[in-house]
Amino acid sequence: MIRKTVADAQEALRGVQDGMTFMLGGFGLCGIPENAIAELVRLGIKDITCISNNAGVDDFGLGLLLQKKQIRKMISSYVGENDEFERQMLSGELDVELTPQGTLAEKCRAAQAGFPAIYTPAGYGTEVAEGKETREFNGKMYVLEYAYNSDFSFVKAWKGDEAGNLVFKGTARNFNPCMCGASGITVAEVEELLPAGSLDPNEIHIPGIFVQRIFQGPHYEKRIEQRTVRKRD
Amino acid sequence: MLDKNGIAKRIAREVKDGYYVNLGIGIPTLVANFVRSDISVEFQSENGVLGMGPFPYEGEEDPDIINAGKQTITTLPGASFFDSATSFGMIRGQHVDLTILGAMEVSENGDIANWKIPGKMVKGMGGAMDLVASAENIIVAMMHTNKAGKSKLLKRCTLPLTGVGCVKKIVSNLAVLEITDEGFKLLERAPGISVEAIKEATEGKLIVPDEVPEMEI
Repeated sequence: MIRKTVADAQEALRGVQDGMTFMLGGFGLCGIPENAIAELVRLGIKDITCISNNAGVDDFGLGLLLQKKQIRKMISSYVGENDEFERQMLSGELDVELTPQGTLAEKCRAAQAGFPAIYTPAGYGTEVAEGKETREFNGKMYVLEYAYNSDFSFVKAWKGDEAGNLVFKGTARNFNPCMCGASGITVAEVEELLPAGSLDPNEIHIPGIFVQRIFQGPHYEKRIEQRTVRKRD
Repeated sequence: MLDKNGIAKRIAREVKDGYYVNLGIGIPTLVANFVRSDISVEFQSENGVLGMGPFPYEGEEDPDIINAGKQTITTLPGASFFDSATSFGMIRGQHVDLTILGAMEVSENGDIANWKIPGKMVKGMGGAMDLVASAENIIVAMMHTNKAGKSKLLKRCTLPLTGVGCVKKIVSNLAVLEITDEGFKLLERAPGISVEAIKEATEGKLIVPDEVPEMEI
């Protein structure tokens, strides 16, 4: 067994520097690497590029890094729900690259799986495809999209073991598995870190080979963006 | 003229037994409320769930189980969770039978614009470009005209496109229309709406068959 465990976020983020590119898992605030984000805020590194489906809200998720003006560029599919983001984008302090959601997922997965690029039909004929190579396959047009090149992936799983194997919960899975092994170093944080052998190998979502460092987050807020409920009959 | 629920009700009749369906935000979300209870349908949400159920009871919300609108949801027996690449694989690979989404504009050749208004804050396309580029069966739920009374069914879209030549069917507050090689083909009228009124509200080319029945809802 190859051990991947580190003590905490501080040790897990060793080596992060100004100007780096990071992938961060999560959809909205669901399944985001809360402890890695907190550590990035504490370290205060600047000029970072974040590949993340969303940009958090004003006071949570990636919004915390935006508040401190640590992010130079966001690569996302949807960036609403964040006033500070809007302000920085309109003032030109922040670069934004909007990418169709499925393309974003696949550009991560391509990096994980060793593909330099993929062809996708998404965005063909729109401004997203401007300046990009296109090609016809079986009578349909596709756009060439390159795999991301990123320094660290920060992902959040439900359970993990010392070998770096991961299990996700519910829709907190989202982009997290696609980002594992898609950067130079993948840091996984989990709610529950278990001894090797505790997880059934049949039920592992991401094998430890895609993870370099794993730690148990001391606390998860798991903020809900849209609390929708129904009344009991 | 139909209200939002009326549009959703009419679209629900397009949902067939055994369909996997992706519902967009807005009117499309309402469709789930009107699908017949005697057929088997599974709703997909692109953030990674198939077999979505209703909102949870108060106190049973799980922050790890949400839909693409970031709302807390539940799952039904037979549901599954998966990652975002797999989710869009279902969509791109045409395993999802029906996609229902909203639009700001649709053109007579099936182009759709629904993600960006120049000069306004751009929030992003989310999964809309992937959905419209890949889904074989797309129904657009929309108002026929904007608040100023101007047609949203155009010769050519004026807003930045989400996808080209992809819309097959439109259910508006006034009519059901199919996109054909010749333009918008009028299939049904909303209750109490005349063919003339629909012509008036449609800027793009409208093909009117001899018989245009009133919608059954």
